[in-house]
Amino acid sequence: MSMLAGQWNYFLVIALMMIGFYTVIARGNMVKKMVGLTIFQTSVFMLYISMGKIANGTAPILTDAAQKAYANPLPHVLILTAIVVGVATTAVGYALIIRVYESYGTIEDDELIKIIEAEEDEGADA
Amino acid sequence: MMQHLPILQIIVPLLGAPLAALLRGRDLAWGLALLLTGVAFLISVVLFGQQKIAGEALIYELGGWPAPIGIVYVIDAASALVLPVVSGIAFVATIAARRLVEAEIDARDHALFYAAWLLTIAGMLGQVTTGDAFNIFVFLEISSLSAYALVAMGAGRDRRALPAAFNYLILGTVGATFYVIGLGLLYMLTGTLNLMDLSERLADVESTRAVFTALAFIALGLFLKMALFPLHFWLVPAYAHAPSAVSALMAATATKVSVYVLIRLIFGVFGIEFPGLADAVGLLILTLGIAGAFVGTLAAILETDLKKLFAQSSIAQLGYMAIGIGAMSATGLAAAFIHLFNHALMKGALFLAIGAIAAQAGRASMHTIEGAGRQIPITMTAILVGGLALIGVPLTAGFISKLYLIRALLEQDFWMLAGLTFISSALALAYVWKIIEAAWLKERPEDAPVLTESPVQYVPAWLMVVATIGFGIFSAPLVEAAYAAANVFIGGTR
Amino acid sequence: MQDDPVIRVVAKVMIPTVMLFALYVQFHGDYGPGGGFQAGVIFAAAFVLNAMIFGLNRGRHVWPANLNLLAVCAGVLLYGLTGVASMLLGENYLDYDVLGATPQAGQHIGILLVEFGVGLTVASVMVALFFTFAGRMTHNRLLDRMEAQDKDAKRGAAKQAPKKRSRT
Repeated sequence: MSMLAGQWNYFLVIALMMIGFYTVIARGNMVKKMVGLTIFQTSVFMLYISMGKIANGTAPILTDAAQKAYANPLPHVLILTAIVVGVATTAVGYALIIRVYESYGTIEDDELIKIIEAEEDEGADA
Repeated sequence: MMQHLPILQIIVPLLGAPLAALLRGRDLAWGLALLLTGVAFLISVVLFGQQKIAGEALIYELGGWPAPIGIVYVIDAASALVLPVVSGIAFVATIAARRLVEAEIDARDHALFYAAWLLTIAGMLGQVTTGDAFNIFVFLEISSLSAYALVAMGAGRDRRALPAAFNYLILGTVGATFYVIGLGLLYMLTGTLNLMDLSERLADVESTRAVFTALAFIALGLFLKMALFPLHFWLVPAYAHAPSAVSALMAATATKVSVYVLIRLIFGVFGIEFPGLADAVGLLILTLGIAGAFVGTLAAILETDLKKLFAQSSIAQLGYMAIGIGAMSATGLAAAFIHLFNHALMKGALFLAIGAIAAQAGRASMHTIEGAGRQIPITMTAILVGGLALIGVPLTAGFISKLYLIRALLEQDFWMLAGLTFISSALALAYVWKIIEAAWLKERPEDAPVLTESPVQYVPAWLMVVATIGFGIFSAPLVEAAYAAANVFIGGTR
Repeated sequence: MQDDPVIRVVAKVMIPTVMLFALYVQFHGDYGPGGGFQAGVIFAAAFVLNAMIFGLNRGRHVWPANLNLLAVCAGVLLYGLTGVASMLLGENYLDYDVLGATPQAGQHIGILLVEFGVGLTVASVMVALFFTFAGRMTHNRLLDRMEAQDKDAKRGAAKQAPKKRSRT
C-alpha cells in the first residue's frame, strides 16, 4: 500500500501509457490511432516531469531568499523539446490523414487495405 | 575553422533547409542541396582523417559547456566511419535527385522537398555525431519527421504513399517514444544524459530491475527504428511508394543510422560486461537477425515490384547486421560496421538505378524490365552488380561483409548460425536470377514503352557500383576502419 | 461569428492584450519563467483568434502565407546564425560569451537572439498549421456545400428577422 501511495505518479503514467498504446494498436481508425499516440506521448511527458518534482521544492528560480530545495529543471526542458516534437508529429499525422481521406474517401484501416489490395491486383494484371 | 568541423557537419545541411525552403525558381533549391551535401561529405571525409591522425575521440563542446553539463559532439572511430557513409550517399543521391524529382514531384513543391531532404540528412548526421542521449532523440525525430513528409510526397504519382507514410509515422513515433521512456528511466537512476557519463554511472545501479527495463525499452524502440524482424512492417510500403530519390536516400542511410545508434547505446552505454547483455540480449538479437535474413530473402523472392523486392531484401540485410551485433564480439561488431558501410553503397546503387527506370515507366516491376537488358544495358548492369553484391559474390563488397560475418560466428563456434547465414545469402541468388531472367533472357514485348538512359541517370548509380567493387577488391582500409570502430566499444580503449 | 458585437468587441480588446502578454513572456524569459516556445504559441493564439472571429480570408490578409514562410525560415536562421557568429568570433558554436563586452552581457545578447528566433519560428509555424488545416477544410467540397447551406439558412433568417421587428 505504501508503494502505491509513494509512487502513485508511476502507476498513473503506466496506466495512461497502456491506454494510449492499446488505442494505437487496437483501433483501425486513423484519427483514433493519432489520439492514442498523443496519449502515449503525453504519458512520457508526465513520467519525466513528475520525476523532477521534489517534495516541498520550489520552482528552480534564483531568488535572494535562502536556498531551499527546488525542482530539477532539466526534465522540464527536455519535455519542452519533446512536446514540440509531439506537436510536429501530430500535425504531420493529421495532415496525412486529411490527404488519405481526400484521396481514398476513408480513414479506416481495413477499408484502406481492401482498396489498396484491389488496386494492386489490377496493377499486376496490367 | 578546423576545430569546428564536428558542428559544421550538422549545421551546414541544417541551416541549408530553411534557405532551400525560401528559394524559388527551377533548380535553385536543388543546387543549394547539392552544394551543401557536397560540403557535408567533404567535412566528414576530413573528420575521418582528423580522427585517424588524432587516434582518439575528437570532442566538441556545444556552447563551450564541458561534458556532463553541456551537450558534446563526439567524433570517435565509429562515428567517423558512419559519417562519410551518410553524407556521401546523401551527396550522390542529391546528384541523381534532380531528374527523379522533376519527373515525380510537382514543381511547386520542389523547394519544400529539398528543405525536408536537407533536414533529414542533418538529422541523421546529428544522430551519429552527438554524445548526448536526449540529443539523439531530437535528431532522430528531426530526420524521421522530414522523412515522413518526403515519403508522403510520393502521393503525386502513387497514392499508396499516403497510408504508407502514416503507418511509418505511427510506428516511428512509437519507436522513438519507447526510446525516450528507456532514457527517462536511465536518467532517473543516474541523473545524466551524456553517453560516456551514463556508462560510468550505470555501474553503480547495474543490477536493478529499472536498468533492465530501460535496456528493454531502448532496444525495442531502436529495433523498431532499424526495422529488425519482426518490427519491419512499416519499411516495405514506405520505401516502395516513396519518390524514387527518397527511396534511395532512405534505404541506403536511415536504418543504418539506427543500427549505429543501437550499437552506441548497447555497447557504448550498457557495455559488453552488463549482466545478461552478452548472452540473453545477444541471443535475442542473433535469433531475430537470422529470422529476418530468411523472412526478408524469401519475401523478396516472391515480390514482382522491384522497389518492394529490394526493400524486402533490406530486411534481410539488416538481419545480417543484427547477426554481427548479436555475436557480441569485436569481430562481430566490425562485421556489422563493414556490412553497414557496404550495404549502404549497394542499396544506394540499386535504388538509384531502379529509380531511373521508375521515373520513366511510372513503376519498376519485373514486367517493366522484360528485355530491358538490351535497351538500357548500363542501368541494368548496375542493378545486376548491386544484386550480386547483395548475394556476396567475391570481388564485390558484399563478399567482404559475409566473410567477416561468418568469421565472427565461427569464432564463437556458432557453426549452425554460420551455415544458416550462408544458406540465406545463397537464397538471394533466386531473386537476382529473376531479374537476370526478366532483363536479359526475355524478349522486350512489342507494346512495351521504350526505355532510354543517359549519363545523368546512370552515373550516380554507377558511382556507388564502382565503390562497391572498389571496396570489394581493396577492402583493407575499410576493414581496418571497421575494427577501429568496433574497438571503441569492445576490447579496445576509448 | 463576426456579426456578434460582443465577440467582436471582446476580440478587439483581447488580441492586442494577448500579443503584449506574448512579448512579455518572450523577453522576460531571461529572468523568470518564459521563453520563445511559450511566447510563440501565445503570439500565434492572437492570430488564430483573429482568424476565427473575422474569418479566414481576413486572417490571411493580416499575415500572408509567403510572409509566414519567410518568418518560419528567418527564425531558424536567426538561431543558427547566432551560433555561427559566436563561432566567427573565435569561440565554440552557440558560446554566447563572446557576443557582448563581458561574458555576462554576451550571454544576455545570445539568449535574447536565440529565443527570439525560437519565438518567431514557433509563432509562425503555429499560424501556418492553423491556416493550412483550416484552409484545407474550405477546399473540401463537402464542407463547401455545408457552408453554402449555412449561408442560405442565415439569409433566410436575416430576411425574416426585420419582418418580425416591424410587426412588434
